[in-house]
Amino acid sequence: MKTLKIEELSKNFGSTEVLRKINLEIDEGNFLVLLGPSGCGKSTLLNIIAGLETINEGNVYIDDYNVSKVEPKDRNIAMVFQSYALYPSMNVRENMIFGLKQAKVSKEKIEEQLQKVSKFLQVDALLQRKPSQLSGGQRQRVAIGRALVREPRIFLFDEPLSNLDAKLRVEMRREIKKLHQQLKTTVVYVTHDQTEAMSLGTNIAIMNHGVIQQNDTPENIYNKPSNTFVADFIGSPSMNLIKGNLKQNSNQISFVVNGSNFEIPINGYDFKEKSNLENKEVFFGIRPEHIFSKKSNDGDFEINLRADLSEYIGHEQIMTFDYENQEVLAKFPSTIKIELSKNTKLYFDLTQISLFDAKTEERI
Amino acid sequence: MQGSLKSSSYKQLEQRSKYTNIFLRWFLYFVLILFASYFIFPLYVMIVTSLKTMEEIRQGTLLTWPSTLNFDSWLVAWGGRGYGAGDTFLKPYFWNSIKMVVPAVFFSTFIGAMAGYVLTKWRFKGDKWIFLFLLFGCFIPYQAILLPMARTLGVLGISNSVIGLVLVHTVYGIPFTTLFFRNFYVSIPSELVKAARIDGAGFFKIFFKILLPISTPIIVVTVIWQFTQIWNDFLFGSTFSFGEAAPIQVALNNMVLSSTSVKEYNVDMASAIIAGIPTLIVYVLAGKYFIRGLTSGAVKG
Repeated sequence: MKTLKIEELSKNFGSTEVLRKINLEIDEGNFLVLLGPSGCGKSTLLNIIAGLETINEGNVYIDDYNVSKVEPKDRNIAMVFQSYALYPSMNVRENMIFGLKQAKVSKEKIEEQLQKVSKFLQVDALLQRKPSQLSGGQRQRVAIGRALVREPRIFLFDEPLSNLDAKLRVEMRREIKKLHQQLKTTVVYVTHDQTEAMSLGTNIAIMNHGVIQQNDTPENIYNKPSNTFVADFIGSPSMNLIKGNLKQNSNQISFVVNGSNFEIPINGYDFKEKSNLENKEVFFGIRPEHIFSKKSNDGDFEINLRADLSEYIGHEQIMTFDYENQEVLAKFPSTIKIELSKNTKLYFDLTQISLFDAKTEERI
Repeated sequence: MQGSLKSSSYKQLEQRSKYTNIFLRWFLYFVLILFASYFIFPLYVMIVTSLKTMEEIRQGTLLTWPSTLNFDSWLVAWGGRGYGAGDTFLKPYFWNSIKMVVPAVFFSTFIGAMAGYVLTKWRFKGDKWIFLFLLFGCFIPYQAILLPMARTLGVLGISNSVIGLVLVHTVYGIPFTTLFFRNFYVSIPSELVKAARIDGAGFFKIFFKILLPISTPIIVVTVIWQFTQIWNDFLFGSTFSFGEAAPIQVALNNMVLSSTSVKEYNVDMASAIIAGIPTLIVYVLAGKYFIRGLTSGAVKG
């Protein structure tokens, strides 16, 4: 039994296609993050799960029960919004129990739930305050509390941290993580912040233009991006995508950039399919943190590139190199001194590379 | 050496700018007082005249303070002279106006709030067109609807009645009140409505429990607007009612224009002030709440 299952879901606003044939599944207790640039349809998908938007095609199942046409209140979900959406005219207490009162839960039960949750989230001292008298972090906590008292099957979070300042955001992120570890409730969490996604999610679904690009664990998303969009979207600075061709002689496969003498051997690469590789135009993907200034593994490939630019950012520096008129970025500790406009020896960690078909932009 | 030269010239500049500032400040006050007196002057004349006797008025001293404060003309304006035919006074018409303005303001504000709520939080196909047509309602000149409206009231059997006027003013107020509330609710995050829906609140519950309690500023604005419009209306009142069902503005006109003998300026002035007092009260009372509503909203952030 899947806690949440989405099947062939499509949605359009008029002639604009917002979601296209979405398929998703979440197991009990998992934390799924929907990640993508603004306008990719992630919030619409969340609203559809909540029942706040209608569906054009496809179905949504919660606990194997088709809820596609069920009212939001009957879906056994709770949602936390970006603007918190606390009712301004009600105090914290009234805000938190509003849903239970609507559901005609008994007074004793409401009181019990309120006590439990408000203690748990440390808002029990604020119960008589209006939302306008709360700080950003407190509002956030009350909003989560309002969701918690309903004991839902699934928690939906719609960019809950983006209204907070940077410091508070990191704190609340940790609190949400702790909350999930303690409660083990299933969560669907929408964000455009990759750090949030990486640190919170047990699974991340990366979306773009209404399509799920990759749905996987954070490790796989980072190490084995399924296409160039994901490769480029995750990581800061993002993965270097160097355009070139594959060369195949007998048992030797290598990657060559047009006009360059370096033949990078990629025998160790785990190809999805090993046929038709000769002369294939590909993107060679390597993350800036997998380029080193000293040889650290035997398998590292040594290459000479010209250093063009250095950006100092405290604990590390980002260097830009020129590889036959393509920019290659590398991340080094800031203690290393590299002279600009000179060729420098670099070492590519070939166990960490990704290859993409230049035409389809898919991982090969 | 150079430093001291510089500081002395700075002092000069400072001095000069000080004089300029003082001059500008006094000039500003002068202009403001001038404008203020220009506006307050007619009111002063009205009040002073209403407190004078006719003999005193005939002396032609328009601006002088009355020799004795005489409230007789106010009593006459409000309650009449006590003889039968031809004695027009404001009291019954004042109540006519109250009976007209209270329900008309209430219904037009309420319907406008509902309509604004639906147009912003429960969007449906074609809602933009409906809003556009409502906006047209704001621009239709009153004169254009007089005849069709008279016919409608006749068919409904409520012409020449307070109820008829309530209907006319409610209907005519809806475009404005809807516009006000729509523009207010557009700025309220729709996430509030979404949260309430997930909490299980329905259409009316969301409106009454969530949106209406935070609408005080816009309710006050709408009430001020509608009250002023309806209370001060003369055209609809004079077209759709006469005799005993007339609102106060029509009665005032009849009183001032139809006196057969001597023009009693003091009574006329007192009547005009009485007819204007309720709007003044609404402005003074509600204006305060309006500002309070605005500032409390600002704190909410």
